[in-house]
Amino acid sequence: MALLIILALAAPLYAGDPLNMDPFKRLHPPSAEMWFGSDNLGRDVFARTMLGARISLMVGLMSAASAAFGGLLIGVIAGYNRSFDNVAMRIMDGLMAIPTILLAIALISVTGAGIGILILAITVPSIPSVARLVRSVVLSVRTRPYVEAALCGGARLPKVLWRHILPSTIPPLMVQSANVCASAILTEAGLSFLGVGVPTEIPSWGNMISSSSLYLGVAPFTVFAPGICLVITVLAVNLLGDGLRDLFDPRSKGRAYHATRNHRR
Amino acid sequence: MAAYILRRMISTIAVMAMVGIFIFLLLRLSPGDPAAIIAGDTATPQMIADIRKQLGLNDPLPVQFLHWALSILGGDFGTSIFTGRPVLLLISQRLEATISLSILTMIFSVVTGVAFGMLAAWRVGGLVDRALAAFAALGFSVPVFVVGYFLIYWLAISARWLPVQGYRSIDHGVGPWLVHLILPTVALSFPYIAYIARITRASMLEVLSEDYMRTAAAKGASSYSMLFHHALKNAGVPILTVIGISFAYLISGVVITETVFNIPGVGRLVVDAINNRDYPIIQGVLILASGLYVLINLAVDLAYTLIDPRIRY
Repeated sequence: MALLIILALAAPLYAGDPLNMDPFKRLHPPSAEMWFGSDNLGRDVFARTMLGARISLMVGLMSAASAAFGGLLIGVIAGYNRSFDNVAMRIMDGLMAIPTILLAIALISVTGAGIGILILAITVPSIPSVARLVRSVVLSVRTRPYVEAALCGGARLPKVLWRHILPSTIPPLMVQSANVCASAILTEAGLSFLGVGVPTEIPSWGNMISSSSLYLGVAPFTVFAPGICLVITVLAVNLLGDGLRDLFDPRSKGRAYHATRNHRR
Repeated sequence: MAAYILRRMISTIAVMAMVGIFIFLLLRLSPGDPAAIIAGDTATPQMIADIRKQLGLNDPLPVQFLHWALSILGGDFGTSIFTGRPVLLLISQRLEATISLSILTMIFSVVTGVAFGMLAAWRVGGLVDRALAAFAALGFSVPVFVVGYFLIYWLAISARWLPVQGYRSIDHGVGPWLVHLILPTVALSFPYIAYIARITRASMLEVLSEDYMRTAAAKGASSYSMLFHHALKNAGVPILTVIGISFAYLISGVVITETVFNIPGVGRLVVDAINNRDYPIIQGVLILASGLYVLINLAVDLAYTLIDPRIRY
């Protein structure tokens, strides 16, 4: 994961020009000069793939961060205010009912493509899952003795929320953010693949796969190079999420072991 | 029980109303005057004003919403800006391909996923179990278009076993229909197989550790009878929930799969509509897809009682 981020950040330093076209080197197989070969316009697929990593990681991280922030805000307030809770959760139910890709397509089709609107279109459908999670944690923590003690002791509500309730929402929030990040990267690639995500002049894995797919038979590497990078990236983020879950909740592993032991007996 | 069903219905209607408000606001508050879009590039300001009046765009928003919601409930989804034909007709023409793909994918995912999950739970820590852990991690990380192109390259272009792209209606016979749908179905199934298999494994393990399973084993029940009659039945509720959720998420995958495999379904209709800025089509598909999601969830909730008589409301 760290390696991926470093590779992506350093891409402009080592990768050649991703937009440079060389009509004499169209659809070349991988070589020492161009590691992943060249595409239908003679552009260096390796350079484009490495720059595509920047877009994917940026969109993924920004969407995860904004979904986590929005979800945290809604979840904490909903956990403490019943009337807000009713309204917010109905809105979340409604948002969850609309398929993610279709909602993003509709948002982008009315506003036009752009990276900012893309991040927004991915963030909005991701907020309900985070908000519900945070709300459930807040609801279970607010009746704990230490929270009630703090309130009885005269601490003001905002301070209690900040000092005593917020910290317990952080571990599940981080796990969920990793999941949101992974699916945001997939959604970005999917939307770019459909031609409604990242504008086509910026190389991204989704639109590279889409534009190279016509040449799948003659130059499969132009499709598979960004495809494999995409899979490795999403896999890395997903495994990070699994690792965080095991770290924060050792019981999730212990329970499985317990069940196993009973079964064997 | 009746009270529960009633309550569940009311909340379903509430969710649908919420969805309606979202979609209405999304398309109505967007930049760009719908009247100007319908009138076209050569319209005079007078023509645009007439269309505004005809569409009721000068009314206050809540009134507009009511008119809009009533016509949707009456089955009028408007007409396509690009082709001038009713949206519902355009969608129904594309339904066969999309439904074929969705149902085949669901059948394939459920059969493979449940079998995979049961095998993994049967011998925990065994080869199948470890294979499932690896497959699940990969299944959630591989987008359908990457699997799709990989399968096309491997099985259709190199080996020439299956057609590369396209769709044949079932009217031309089941053979060609099925052959064209094999690759899209397998490509689309990956995450659902992973998801269903993981939940099946987890809920089977939970059931297998129950006392009545030990009793069954003590009575001398065969492992076949234990797995299928005792365990699978009791592990049914979580598995059913997952199937419901998967079905609902299917529509997003279908849009991309239809583009990869060039299948003329509802997903392609939407993608083409984006390029033509044909908002009524996008709106119609959004409403129908969300309605389907809500209905499937309702059906799954009500099916719990059928599968597990211990659940009473």
